[in-house]
Amino acid sequence: MRRRKYTTVSIPVSLYERIKSIMEGTGFKSVSDYVTYILREVVSMHERERMASPFSEEDVERIKEKLRALGYL
Amino acid sequence: MVSIPHGGRLVNRVAKNNRRERLLKEAATLPRVELDLNQALDVENIAHGVYSPLEGFMCYEEVSYVLEDMRLPDDLPWTIPVVLDVNEDDLIGVREGDDISLFFSGKPIAIMKIEEIYKVDVDLYASRVFGTTDPRHPGVSKTLSMKPMLVGGSLELIGETPNKYERYTLHPAETRILFSERGWETIVGFQTRNAPHLGHEYVQKSALVFADGLFINPVIGRKKPGDYKDEVILEAYEALIRNYYPRKSVVLSILRYEMKYAGPREAVHHAIIRKNFGCTHFIVGRDHAGVGNYYGPYEAWEIFKEFPDLGITPLFVREFFYCKKCGGMASEKTCPHSEEHRVKFSGTKTRQILLNGMRPPPELMRPEVVDAILKFENPFVEE
Repeated sequence: MRRRKYTTVSIPVSLYERIKSIMEGTGFKSVSDYVTYILREVVSMHERERMASPFSEEDVERIKEKLRALGYL
Repeated sequence: MVSIPHGGRLVNRVAKNNRRERLLKEAATLPRVELDLNQALDVENIAHGVYSPLEGFMCYEEVSYVLEDMRLPDDLPWTIPVVLDVNEDDLIGVREGDDISLFFSGKPIAIMKIEEIYKVDVDLYASRVFGTTDPRHPGVSKTLSMKPMLVGGSLELIGETPNKYERYTLHPAETRILFSERGWETIVGFQTRNAPHLGHEYVQKSALVFADGLFINPVIGRKKPGDYKDEVILEAYEALIRNYYPRKSVVLSILRYEMKYAGPREAVHHAIIRKNFGCTHFIVGRDHAGVGNYYGPYEAWEIFKEFPDLGITPLFVREFFYCKKCGGMASEKTCPHSEEHRVKFSGTKTRQILLNGMRPPPELMRPEVVDAILKFENPFVEE
């Protein structure tokens, strides 16, 4: 069975109305679509800040040696 | 700084040293599936992180989400399924949970954990990915002829396919370190399947005005008749870079990958791949990843609006041409003159000139690039 795709998040009515008014003419079909779009942008910014360094020192040195041998460095 | 890998972590599924030796011995005892070259290249790309965050071939749920929503189940943008199709005979005695070994040309290249065995509706698959089920579309044709079973699960690389262009094959871990060592913070990725003409050069140099570095990443893979041969593309680019680019501003490295010709969806897929190589920007031209008239000339630009969280910035570039009145390269945005003054770039026209052993004029293609191409008796793939 496919898992549930959507859940409900509550926002103040006043904010909802504010979003509705600025949405006009943007092409978004609903406040939900607009909020989803904006939140994806914000979430991806936060995810970028949290990335750990992926390479060990040994890996980095080995790779640099290969790049030097190939003439890239 | 170089972009974060898609999903936040560069996948590394390459077995090394003792572990590799152990898995190689194990591979000989496991049920075996022989892959074609394109499947084997997908295995390598998964293992080296080109398709991060994928750690293996997709299972049904992932395929379903990607087809319907162009996102993975965790909401990360993803537009083209990465699947492994096999024959029913390959799965005799194999169950979900088992390990199998993946072979290419009789040599083991990976161990795969089968998490799921499943089928998909290929018409729906084609319709979603390609926007058509016309069997004349090369990607649709390939989809409709997929083997009947799909297997999903993680894999670990224990061998590699033969590679004539090893010198030009950098993996994402390597390009990321290279870009950092060069001090590049903005890196523009440029995809190509052709030898460069002046239009390509102009687009790339326009991007270099604003970026620290240019990553020229030709796609090397299955070819259609009339395509430039891989070695021709590389020689041509080496000639261009040697004579016309500051070496420290450019990296030339290939992507071993089979084109799907899926237009808009594939444009996003290509952008994600270059993000994994470390690019911060990606050039999306006219009819990117298109074929024939299946997609509008700028349809591949529109789809990027669906992905504010893609993590790599598309650079939309209109067609360039040579304007005799302007006296140089121009586009609709920069040139006020009429068509009679414009020399447009036509791959077909350039190909015909070269096939006749003639030289395209210098306002279309650099003479050194022409020299490099004409060194080959047959620069194009034949029927």
